Parts: sequence; structure tokens; C-alpha cells
Amino acid sequence: MAFNFRPLALPLPNRRDLIALPLVIGMLLIIGHASRQMAVPFHLGETVALSLKPADLPEYALYTVLRMLAALAASTVFTLIYAWIAANNRYAEKIMVPLLDVLQSVPILGYLSITVTGFIALFPGSMLGLQFAVIFAVFTSQAWNMTFSLYQSLKTVPRDLTEAATLYRLGAWQRFWKLELPYAAPGLLWNAMMSMSGGWFFVVAAEALTVAGQQVSVPGIGSYIAAAIAAKNLGAIGWAILAMALVILSYDFLLFRPIVAWADKFRLDNTVSVDAPRSVVLDFLRRTRLTQRLARLPAVLWEMSVRLLPAVPLHKSPQRAPSVWGDRVFVVSMVLFTLGLIVALFLVLPRDFGWLQVGHVMLLGAFTALKVFVLVAISALIWVPVGIWVGLRPRWAAVAQPVAQFLAAFPANLLFPLVVVAIVHWHLNVNVFTAPLMILGSQWYVLFSVIGAASALPSDLREAGRNLGLRGWLLWRKLYLPAVFPGFVTGALTASGGAWNASIVAEVVSWGSHTLVATGLGAYITEATQQGQTLKVGLGVGVMALYVIAINRLVWHRLYKIAATRVRLD
Amino acid sequence: MNAMNATELPSAPDAASSTPIFHLANVRKSYRTPEGSELVILDGVDLDLRDGEILVLLGRSGSGKSTLLRTLAGLVSATSGTTLHRGKPIDGPVPGLAMVFQSFALFPWLTVLQNVELGLEALKVPPAERRARALAAIDLIGLDGFESAYPRELSGGMRQRVGFARALVINPDVLLMDEPFSALDVLTAETLRTDLLDLWAERKIPTRGILLVSHNIEEAVLMADRIVILGSNPGRVISEMHIDLPHPRERESQQFRDLVEGIYGAMTARPTGRDAVRKQAPGIGLRLPSLSVNALAGLLEELDALEKSNANTRISLPELAEDMHFSVDDLFPLIEGVELLGFAQVEDGDIMLLPAGRTFVDGSLQERKQVFARHLIERVPLVARIRTVLDERFNHRAPDSRFLTELEDHLSEDEARRVLDTAIDWGRYAEIYAYDDNAEVFSLDNPEADLE
Repeated sequence: MAFNFRPLALPLPNRRDLIALPLVIGMLLIIGHASRQMAVPFHLGETVALSLKPADLPEYALYTVLRMLAALAASTVFTLIYAWIAANNRYAEKIMVPLLDVLQSVPILGYLSITVTGFIALFPGSMLGLQFAVIFAVFTSQAWNMTFSLYQSLKTVPRDLTEAATLYRLGAWQRFWKLELPYAAPGLLWNAMMSMSGGWFFVVAAEALTVAGQQVSVPGIGSYIAAAIAAKNLGAIGWAILAMALVILSYDFLLFRPIVAWADKFRLDNTVSVDAPRSVVLDFLRRTRLTQRLARLPAVLWEMSVRLLPAVPLHKSPQRAPSVWGDRVFVVSMVLFTLGLIVALFLVLPRDFGWLQVGHVMLLGAFTALKVFVLVAISALIWVPVGIWVGLRPRWAAVAQPVAQFLAAFPANLLFPLVVVAIVHWHLNVNVFTAPLMILGSQWYVLFSVIGAASALPSDLREAGRNLGLRGWLLWRKLYLPAVFPGFVTGALTASGGAWNASIVAEVVSWGSHTLVATGLGAYITEATQQGQTLKVGLGVGVMALYVIAINRLVWHRLYKIAATRVRLD
Repeated sequence: MNAMNATELPSAPDAASSTPIFHLANVRKSYRTPEGSELVILDGVDLDLRDGEILVLLGRSGSGKSTLLRTLAGLVSATSGTTLHRGKPIDGPVPGLAMVFQSFALFPWLTVLQNVELGLEALKVPPAERRARALAAIDLIGLDGFESAYPRELSGGMRQRVGFARALVINPDVLLMDEPFSALDVLTAETLRTDLLDLWAERKIPTRGILLVSHNIEEAVLMADRIVILGSNPGRVISEMHIDLPHPRERESQQFRDLVEGIYGAMTARPTGRDAVRKQAPGIGLRLPSLSVNALAGLLEELDALEKSNANTRISLPELAEDMHFSVDDLFPLIEGVELLGFAQVEDGDIMLLPAGRTFVDGSLQERKQVFARHLIERVPLVARIRTVLDERFNHRAPDSRFLTELEDHLSEDEARRVLDTAIDWGRYAEIYAYDDNAEVFSLDNPEADLE
């Protein structure tokens, strides 16, 4: 007897599908449930019930993670649009890129109070307003970096590839998805993942605020910690730290590594790298039939989009030389606008604040700047030698770098209460001992940048050093320190930025009913926020942004230039 | 092997009546620098590509041949002059035109099949037909079995084959190639050349004309029906020659060798008449070739060795090129350098050492430096000027920006930097002056050369 077996219409799941399918469906269900919870009714003035039971932590952690992912999605969309416009329009470019620079320097937690009221007004009666305010805070921590990365990639697409795209008549839409975005993908994805690592700090800080004397919080790990601090519950804090660590580890395993490993596909250099990043999750997913089926969906959508688009015109519009008059009008209007702003500023400041107040705030800013400088210097003194030592030993480096990355991602504000307890208990000087809180989370950037730079030190330079008998301080001065200098500058810049941001939450810390206030600009901003004095918040934030921009131009740009010209390894 | 979508085989070209595929007349391409001076890339170029011919544009770097190619492709528009494609003016990417790039220009994140389909996708060919045509093209070019490979898994020769498949799959009317074989090793390049010529001769592709840009003289003679030689700075047509040798062409045949020699002669001939007037008096803006003193010394020693072994003071350029495994782009700057410094002389495609050159080769390190220094001051105005300025100043120091601004009156910013860097390199060897790279300053510290 001969049987004629017809193939089944449904794809037969393989073994891995049996694991993947329930996981994916389960995840979707959880997300759906949690999203509904996030939009419960809420009125300003209500206190949100927060339990301190450890059993509720997974749910709170879930909300926090969802906010992070929402912010990431929003950042991605923003990045794609903003960077594309800036890269393709000369006039837009001249405004948008410096604007990014400024936005990157504004402390995120500073203007949170202002945006909270704004968002609550947008979504009256629902908790969505608060959720969006938190998501917005995280969004701002990610979007500017990612946009910069994409913008720079769009401007440096290799010329022969763009010529091939033009020649083979790829339209703007096709060109973006087939050439420009894939080219930008490695940098963008890496940036996105690093930004997300940095974002945990902000989501935790933003989840519980005191605005205008009122506690405003959304359920999440951050608000859990705030409630634990108010209730002086050290055990709850311990549970929260544990939960956060687990969250970050699983984020790293389930999201960071697979995405970075997938981005390897877009790498431009044409060799198969021996140490290409690998991810167990990515390998697993690639082998399920489920993903193979799902992967057809983008292809179908793509075909539809291509067919809908009009054909590329045969004759492009004549290459208009940039109109000289257009340029002149633009420059003049920009100058007038800037002058107008400065004049307005000089009118507003004395009227709303008085010069004395402004001077006082500037002084506070200088004090915080000094603290940041000292802290970065101290962390450099400690971590640069350690980083070099570790980086030169590959086995140690392989362990240490992920640890340092984890520490950098872990939101340090979860550890603040422990320090505060110590300060209160032993009556320590507030100014001196709250300062390290600022660098607690960001010092690890210095460490892992230096480790990275040291492990990339060419071995022939080390051998030459050994051959010539270089030892001790001479070896460090002539070889190691100059070689890691570029990496150090990158790490120190990130650490300094992190410290400025942290100053807003580190200069006013509390434990139960004890509140410790240090002297500095961060304290000024936080206190103004708690008292609901929006004008003062604006002034504080503006002054801090000014300091950050000034230090960027005067210090970091110079250091970068030195790193790029005098200390290059090629 | 399947021929693709060929409707009818191209008939024999009738040069008199058919419109040329491309017609360029008096084409000029220039850029205006931010400072306002005009940099001319192409000057008065006349060019035709006729039906059924392979045309090779031969020239050194700086001859604007890549710009000329892109003007033909419609990627770049000419500043003035007539550019016609089959009688119609070119004002955008030319339809029915495909290009093969020196660096392959494959998209690394697409498989071979996806790369080849790219042009068809842009032309909105439906998926099924697209796939069939792409597979046929891959088959034709000999990459069957590699459809799902990524470019990073392929060797250089295979990547270029993908480049060819991508070009040929759209059934191009004209095929432009920008030094397609220079990034490949000698054997792979040879294989690809013969494969391409086979496809052309057997009419397996519906392409009517091929235009190839190259800096390899032998490759040009091997492939071309007609060769157009471009001069440099600015790019313009120096001469044109027909190659009537039947295919397959033998590199060792006498006719081949004669043609190659003739081309060397044409490319190294001193400009006469109209061209001589065009070349401005050198002055400080003299474009120095970017060469180390070691390379120049190496060439002179090689000339000396060849002179002795051939027992003849005249050495033919093709022989020299073959001996040192040099292409035109490597050899010509060297020749220019030694001629400029007065160590050798080129005439009718042969090169001879001058007495000063012999002194250099035979001398000790110190004697070499002295001869070099003397010739440098006499013949390179820029070096003389730097030394004069340093002598005049009371602290004998001058920043390089002072000379850069002067050079930028004659050259583009990049060229000025390049020329100054070469002058720094040569001047330091001759110990005419010293240079501090960190401070970017010239000085007379430790000048040992005794100059009169």
C-alpha cells in the first residue's frame, strides 16, 4: 500500500519551539496585564498604596522594566526621525545638532518636576500621566546619545556604497532601510544598550518624587525603595537591591547580549571576527522555527512598502548649489534669535531672581563642579592603576569587564540609604560624606573604559618595553598611561556626566525623618522641587547646564584633541 | 549557462550612422574652494563611447578619471560642456547603466542573492522574476552555490564577481567599471578579465558598450578596442589609440610590447605646444610627489643596476615597471620625483641617469645628503623659500601655517598639506631645516648641511 502524505499546513514546531512558544506567549500576557495596571485611575493628591512585602517586588520590578522598554521604543522612533532630518537638511542640521549638544548637558532629574505637572495635565484622572513623566525622564537619558550616534553614522556612510545605491536607483526609503540604517546599526545598537544600562538610575530616581510638597510616585522598584526609606526598613532595602541585581542580570542576558550579537551582522569590516560577541539566547532563537516564520513578516511588509512608493524619477532635480542668499538669511536670523534670547535672559534674571540670588546659585554650581572634579580625580587615581593591572591580564579582564559593566548599570541610588544610615549613626560630616554618593555609580565607567583600553594595548609595544628593560614608574609613565589615555578620557567624561546627574539626588538624602542636605547646586534644585518653586528649579537647571557645557568645551574637548593627535596608537 | 533576457543579438556597429552611446564635448569640471579659488579637475575633455566597443580610460591618480566616470554615470554634473547619452543630455543617473566598483561596494549585511537582487528591487521587478533573474546572473558569473553567503565569507575575486552579477542582472546597456581589478591579486584579476572578455565576445550579455577606467597599462592593452590616455592636473585627453589586435591577446607578442612601450612614451612625454602653455610656471605651488627619500634612492639604485646589467644607459620604462612590479600609479610619481630633482631624465619612453644621479648612487650617506640638499634648494622653490624665511627671522623659527596659507593660494587645502609634508620630509633628510610635529614649527636647530 502506498500512502500519499501531504505536508501539514502548520509548521511543525521543533524542540526549541516547545520552549520558546510558551515563554513568548507568557511574556505577552504578562505585558498586557501590567500595561492595563499602569493606566489605573489616579488623581493628584492621592497616595498610591505601596506595600513593602518582598513578594510584591517582582510585580514592581516588572513595571520598572516595562517603563524602560517603553522609553527605549520611544527613543528609537525619535532617533530615526530626528537624525534623518538633521543629516539630510542643511538648515535643520545647523539647529538640531547644537541643540542635541545642549540637551545632553541638561540634568535630567532637574526638570522632572516640571514635566510631571505637564504630563499629569495631559492625562487627567489616570496614572498614565505619571507613567509618561517617568518614561520621559528615561527617554531623555537615552535619546540624545542614540540620535548623535545615528546622525554621525548617516554622515559617514562609505562613499562607494552611496554611489552604488544612487546608481542602482534606490529611492530615499530603500536607501534608508537597506544602506544607511544597517550601516548605523552596530553603533546605534551598542549605544542603545549602553544608554539603557545608564537608564536604570533614572527610572529608579524618577519613580518617587516630592513635587510641591506632595509625594508623587508610581509603583516600581524606585518607589519601593522610597517607601522603605520613609519606613526605615533596612530589610526591604536589601530585598530591593537583590531584585534590581536580578533584573539587570536578566536584562543583560536576554536583551543586551543578543542584540549586540545580532548587530555583528551589520559590521562593515569584511572579515569574520574571531571574538565576535556571542549570545546563547540569540543562538537559541535563531534555531526555533517560530522566529523563522516571524522573520517573514518584515519581508512582506517591506515588499508592500516598496510597491506603494512612487518610482525613482529618472532625472534628478539639478544639483542646486547652496543658495548664498538663503545661507545669509539663515545666519542673520540665527544671530538675531540668539541675541534676543540673551537680552531676554538679562531682563528676566534680575526681575524674577535678583542678581544676588543668581550669584548665589552660580557659587553653588561652582562648589558642585569642584566636588565633581575632585571625585573624578580620586576615582581616576584609584581605578586607572587597577584597570591597567586588570586589563593587561586577559583572564582577569574577561571576568572584570562584565562585572564593571554590571556595576555601572546598577542604579547607585539603591545604595544611598545604607550610606545615609552610616552618616546618621556616626554623625559624620554631611558635605564630605554625601559627595562620594555622586560618583558611586559612575566611577565604574572609568574602570571599564580603562580595562578596555589596557586590554587593547598592542602586544608588540609591551614586548618592546620589556626588551628595553622598562620597569616600574618609567614603564607606566612612558607606555601604560599614554596608551590608556583616550579610553580614560571617554570613561571620565561619562563619569563626570553621571556625577552631575547624580548630584541632584545625592545632595539631599533622607532616612526616615532625617534629611541630610549638602551644599551644592543639586541640593538647591531638589529643595526648590520639593517646595514647588518652579522658577528656582528653572534657574538651577539652567546654571547647571551652563556649567556642564562650559566644562565640556574647555576641558573635555581639549583632552579629546590631545588623545586624538598626540596619543594615538596607530 | 542561460543567457539572460536577450532579445536579439547586437548587430555589428555602423560607426558612421549610429549615435554614440556617450558623447562628451569640451567637458570641464571644477570646484570652488571656500577661499574662493577654483580647482579644475577636468579641463576640455572630448570623449565618445561607441556601440560595440570596449573603451579604456588610462591615467594616473589625479587625472580625474574617476570623476569623468561619475560624470558619465550621471552621479556628478559637469561644470560646463556637453554630456550626451544616446543623444540626450545627462541630468541624472543614466538609465540602463551599471557600474562595477574598485572596492566592490557590496552591502555587507545582505547575502549574495540579496545584493544581486538590489538593482532589480529598485526597479520594482516582482519578487518571483527578480529571484529567477538573480539566480541566472549568479550562475552566469560562476558563483552558483554561494547565493546565501555573506560578502565577508567570500574572497576578493568572488566579491567582485558578485559586483559583476549585480551589474549584469539589470541587463545594462552600458557597463562602467572603475578599476575593477586593482584590488585583486594578479591571478584572480587575470581570470576575471578573461571571463569578462568571454562573456562579451560570446554575446552572453546584452551590453552594447563597456567603459573601463584603469591605471594598468598592460590591462588596457589586453582588453581595449580603443584607449584614451588622460593627463593629470587637470585631467584632459592626451592621446587616443586604437588596438586592432585579435582576441585572445598575447602579452609576450611583439605588437603587444610595442603598444605598451608606445603608451609609456605618450604618458611621460613632455607637454608641447598648447599643453605646455597651459601648465603654469611651477613656483612655490609645485606639486611634489609624496615619496620618501628612501623610495627615490631605491629607484636610482635600480636604474644604476639595470644600466650596468644591460650595458646601456637608456632603460625602457616598461622594463623598469616589470622589474620592480610597479603599476603606473607607483612608477610615475617616482619618475616625476627623480626628474624634478635632476637625478634622471625621461625621453621617448626611456629613462636615463644623469651625472648628479650617479653621484648620489655612488656616494656615502653624507655625500648623498649634500647632493640632495643642493638639488633641493635649486629645484624645489618651496624648500628654498622655507630656508630663506628661517634664515631671515631673528629666532629662526616659523610655524607651518605661514607656508600653508601661501600654498593654499595655488592648491587645495589637502594638496597644500600633502606638498608641505613632502617638503618637510625631504628637507629633514637633507638637514636643511628641522620640524617639530607637536608645535608644528620649522626651525634651524642642528642644521649640519653646509649650504652656499
